[in-house]
Amino acid sequence: MEEKILFELDSLYRDNMRIKGYCFGGGEHSVCVVGAARGNEVQQVYICSKLISILEQLESQGKIKNGKSVMIIPSINPYSMNIGKRFWSTDNTDINRMFPGYDLGETTQRIAGGVFRNVSDFKIGIQFASFYMQGSFIPHVRMMKTNFEDIELAKDFGLPYIFRREARPYDTTTLNYNWQIWETKAFSIYTNATDCIDSESASEAVNAVLSFLNKQDIIEYNCHEGYISKFIEGQELVNVKTSTAGFFIRRASVNAKVRQGDLLAEIVDPYSGKVIDSICSPVNGIVFFHADQPVIYSHTPLYRMIPTDDLG
Amino acid sequence: MVQTIASIGLPIDETLKIQKNRLVPHNQLKGNEKRISIVTGTHGDELEGQYVCYELQRRIRENYDFLTGIVDIYPALNPLGIDSITRGIPGFDLDMNRLFPGSENGSMPEYIASRITEDLSGSAAVIDIHASNIFLQEIPQVRINEFSKETLVPLAKKLNVDYIWIHSAATVLESTLAYSLNIIGTPTLVVEMGVGMRITKKYGDQLVDGIFALMKELGIWSGEVSEPKEPIISEDGEVSFINAGSSGVFVPSIQHWKNVRKGDHIGDILNPLTGGISETINAETDGIVFTLREYPIVSEGSLIARILS
Ligand SMILES: [Zn+2]
Repeated sequence: MEEKILFELDSLYRDNMRIKGYCFGGGEHSVCVVGAARGNEVQQVYICSKLISILEQLESQGKIKNGKSVMIIPSINPYSMNIGKRFWSTDNTDINRMFPGYDLGETTQRIAGGVFRNVSDFKIGIQFASFYMQGSFIPHVRMMKTNFEDIELAKDFGLPYIFRREARPYDTTTLNYNWQIWETKAFSIYTNATDCIDSESASEAVNAVLSFLNKQDIIEYNCHEGYISKFIEGQELVNVKTSTAGFFIRRASVNAKVRQGDLLAEIVDPYSGKVIDSICSPVNGIVFFHADQPVIYSHTPLYRMIPTDDLG
Repeated sequence: MVQTIASIGLPIDETLKIQKNRLVPHNQLKGNEKRISIVTGTHGDELEGQYVCYELQRRIRENYDFLTGIVDIYPALNPLGIDSITRGIPGFDLDMNRLFPGSENGSMPEYIASRITEDLSGSAAVIDIHASNIFLQEIPQVRINEFSKETLVPLAKKLNVDYIWIHSAATVLESTLAYSLNIIGTPTLVVEMGVGMRITKKYGDQLVDGIFALMKELGIWSGEVSEPKEPIISEDGEVSFINAGSSGVFVPSIQHWKNVRKGDHIGDILNPLTGGISETINAETDGIVFTLREYPIVSEGSLIARILS
């Protein structure tokens, strides 16, 4: 294992910010894994630390294939994590909206540029990402429609779902999008937790990446190969919104199989304790995503359902 | 007449309302009156537009008989942001100006964005007033995406600003309010002026003069207006950027909106711990400084100035 400083930012009031990459094997730049881009993505750093520790053992056992290399970057934004902020410590910009970056630009453009220089020539890029709304997902590989995405390859992670959605204008500055534009096969992996450490979900993500590396013939690693992934498109999902604000009492969790009309959640008036709205599933289906804030605004999407046949 | 464009229930006994005030002529409406919409407060830390909303209405009321069209005033597209001194939408940490045209079935911010887009569409002109951010001071200017310059430059010239910056198209900007409206044929001008968290009355008065000139041009105002000043118009190629090369405390040695010559001293980045100068910044071209760093603390990459050559 080699620890490299990929980018360093001098600071007057703080220790310098260092973005570190942990490199295993040698030869072609096969796979790059990026963990946290935001200060709250603790689980993402945790998953990377697990990967680093396992890859170190595999390397010492000679189980990284000749001519292949893997780089893990646990965090591209340690500054924000150290002060409990989600976005950049001074101007609140999002490093994951600054790619491909610009060496002569603003601070976060320079950080993104410094990272991108080091990761853009990898054949495969994997990012552990988080959603802008607080909530839980069925573990899945997420990709944007760019005409460069590779659904078949995504199946090698063995996660339950592969989810593809349309790219929106503001997606064009994410790491994932720019990786694809520069011909790296890019995948974002979503698991349950972000702000906290969930070791079960972390193991699932670690296993998915190791199983993927094994199938690409980059490492030698015997493991459970996971699921035969189901492919879903963004527009297939059915959104369930609330029209009322209040306490959000969840009655169905991720992966739950529900029938049309089943209760998903209740909205409770925070002062009177009365149930003011009952949210029922409009379809037979599986809960793909649910919000998990204790209190919610009206017009909040609470659930995203994968519609299924009703098999009684 | 104050109207509510969107209404959102917040969890604990509060309703969030996006409101506008509509001023209509005293006479019976004929139905073909043109409408100008003044919007501001998308970014909760930009306040220059607040004074403009007030001053425009004050002057209209003083001579109400000259009003021949409809004036809609939206002082706060992001009311929670303004109230809590938050640039984005509190609770979501989202830049509201990356959500347009929004979606009726999306999350709360997307829903609000869709209501705003719908309400503004069909205006003869929309003026979207921004105030830079807390870091940079801007001369009153209109920023125009090059794809819409034919329609917008003639309108922008009425606004009495010092500068019109025609910038190149970027995909990421397609989710701004201005882009979303211009693409559906509602001419929208983005004004940037002043600095975040402050009100520069002089700039506000200057812009209000310009809004009256534009209203007159559009047939919304029949009173006397002052002749708008002739703005400098430029494209990207003529704008150069100066960014900090090191972190520290920036102290300028020039004034905003002044000419500089190549080699002139723009300012220094100081180190308060060692008492040294970390970087001396000089102009690399002749030109006029239309953006100048306001917030003293800088890190590597922080924008110090933009110079128009
Ligand atoms: Zn703004």
